[in-house]
Amino acid sequence: MSVINAPAPTDTSVRRDSLWTRFRRAATSNPSTLPTAASLVIFIAMLIFGEVAYGNIVQFSTLSNLLVNNAHLIVVAVGMTFVILTGGIDLSVGSVIAFSSVAGVMLANSGWNPWLVLVVMVLSGTAFGLLAGILIQYFGVQPFIATLAMMFLARGLASMLSTEPQRLADDSPIRWFGTQFKVIDGPKVNDLVITPGVIIMILVVAIAVFVLHRTRTGRTVYAIGGSEQSAQLMGLAAFRTKLLVYVISGTLSGVAAVIYTSRLGIAQNITGIGWELIAIAAVVIGGTLLTGGYGYVLGSVVGALVLGLMTVLITRDGSIPPEMTTIITGGVLLIFVLLQRLVTTKRE
Amino acid sequence: MSSTDRSASSRMRDLLRQPAFWGAVAIVVLLVLNTIKDPSYLAVTVSPTTGYLVGNVIDILRASAPILMIAVGMTLVIATGGIDLSVGSVMAVGGAVSMQFLSAMGDSTSVGTALAAIGLSILITAVLGLVNGALVAYVGLQPFISTLVMMLAARGIAKVITGGQNTAAQSEPFRWMVNGYVFGIPVVFLLAIAIVIVVALVVRRTALGLMIEAIGINPKASRMAGIRPRGLLLTVYILSGALAGIAGMFSVGTVMTVDVTQTGYLMELDAILAVVIGGTSLAGGKFSLGGAVVGALLIATLDKTVLFLGISSSATPAFKAVVIVLLCLAQSQRVRSWFAKRRSAPPPASITTPEPVREGVAA
Repeated sequence: MSVINAPAPTDTSVRRDSLWTRFRRAATSNPSTLPTAASLVIFIAMLIFGEVAYGNIVQFSTLSNLLVNNAHLIVVAVGMTFVILTGGIDLSVGSVIAFSSVAGVMLANSGWNPWLVLVVMVLSGTAFGLLAGILIQYFGVQPFIATLAMMFLARGLASMLSTEPQRLADDSPIRWFGTQFKVIDGPKVNDLVITPGVIIMILVVAIAVFVLHRTRTGRTVYAIGGSEQSAQLMGLAAFRTKLLVYVISGTLSGVAAVIYTSRLGIAQNITGIGWELIAIAAVVIGGTLLTGGYGYVLGSVVGALVLGLMTVLITRDGSIPPEMTTIITGGVLLIFVLLQRLVTTKRE
Repeated sequence: MSSTDRSASSRMRDLLRQPAFWGAVAIVVLLVLNTIKDPSYLAVTVSPTTGYLVGNVIDILRASAPILMIAVGMTLVIATGGIDLSVGSVMAVGGAVSMQFLSAMGDSTSVGTALAAIGLSILITAVLGLVNGALVAYVGLQPFISTLVMMLAARGIAKVITGGQNTAAQSEPFRWMVNGYVFGIPVVFLLAIAIVIVVALVVRRTALGLMIEAIGINPKASRMAGIRPRGLLLTVYILSGALAGIAGMFSVGTVMTVDVTQTGYLMELDAILAVVIGGTSLAGGKFSLGGAVVGALLIATLDKTVLFLGISSSATPAFKAVVIVLLCLAQSQRVRSWFAKRRSAPPPASITTPEPVREGVAA
């Protein structure tokens, strides 16, 4: 454990301690935490396996790059967790990121104030989320179909803006969010780096954990997932909260677009194809039940990291053809869903 | 409304309630739009050299064939209360298997080789459907998630089959199936319609259709009533897989090349859209194959219209989104009650139906 603990960034090691005790308490009292615990074990096992088999995995540069490269996916997965906890689904995240990035880069290049551009990027995500939420809550459209419509809409609008890759100007202040700062200057290139994007990601995760576990809204989210009718009869603001989770997911897609675009400096209308699946997979691997009501934001973070690490290991291995990656992702998702199924049947 | 024309008006209201009717109206609107831009749009002429019918409408029929196939499969799956998100990727597998087989055999004239390729392709895609069905019916996973896994995996399988290449093949009989004509009408459209009719006869002339709807309404109650849901669920997913395989062959046949990343990409969304347009309830329990045919034709028309109007084809999703949203709104209880209120008390017609959507589209 000490090998794994040591290189972790300072802020998570603070949380890890209380997390461990909470895990033990939760695992003994509630079997639904088992998948979340399993995903953490698998993440650690993958780290050890990678270190033994390929080397240079458990070191500053690889681990901090894992965070830097997956920060946007973690943010999306956090938003998706809210939605799935209520028993819904958001298929629009990838397309919303594409629209937000393309619009943001084009606005920035046409000389808009960068702060205003950032606000527009995040708020465009909010708008899509709000629209999906209104369709679902006010007009009784199934979440699946409403967010599918948003997926089409955002992708189509992004394509109308431009079908060419849009390059963010090199001197654009937005790139600051993707600049790497050395926290620990290790030997050679083995530095612990952090980007403002990663800090935003950590803030998002922290706020999400606080909201879900320490506020009335968070309790309502879990209650809706358990039984929407009961939640309503209990006098909880089920209606408003269900609308809110889609707004949260949309807004976080906008935030993810900022993190991703600032790191890459390029936005395109085909950005984010299939990310909704990766986000769902991360949430499921992290132990959130697709039927809602059970799950943890931190689990989704681990889930996203498992998927990110898997890509790193496949690249390192080199013998696995890249075509196999999607099959492996699908297989991993399937195994975790089966695991969920096993746990839920036991509870029934 | 006076009492004299009540029967006519109630019949009219029944027709207006039919979602497929609105789909047909939408097709007409799109065609009229195209005709306004180019008055000769609807003209169908007989090509003097080949004797084939030529025209935009014929193109639309040809393009609707793959959508028809997956829409029929999807209709039955949705009727059981499920969903098949893998049809697009399974289309890629169907196309990849047939192209890879044909290019390996290298016999470009043999009818037998072409039939073998078609058979093999249907077999493999049916197996993928079987996996979906087994996960749903026997393991008890949510249809959404098991087919999502297949959506990821099948795209990878297609890439593995062709080794990541876009395989091209030569086969005259295969090409004829997709590009040829019988009586001046594209073979592919006739084939698609024939398959639809066979499926429709099988499910509607026997009790199968009713059983499928019973599962969609309440799986437990249907089991109590003596229906075995597992076998039926398995069957509809296998059918959906096999039909997706056929759709894949239809769509790669036009250029005789499979594009493992683009073939069938986002087509599951087209299939779902066609089903919704056709009035099949996404909650399961009732389905309309005729409606799905209208839906598939509408999507093909929409695709061609967007191209014809000179809008980038990658922007079509936005139009499809608007159509889905409008249809869902038209079907929603709240909007219907607004209409009912307006009819009884006309003056306070403040904000009408799809206001929130328009705002969204503008944003």
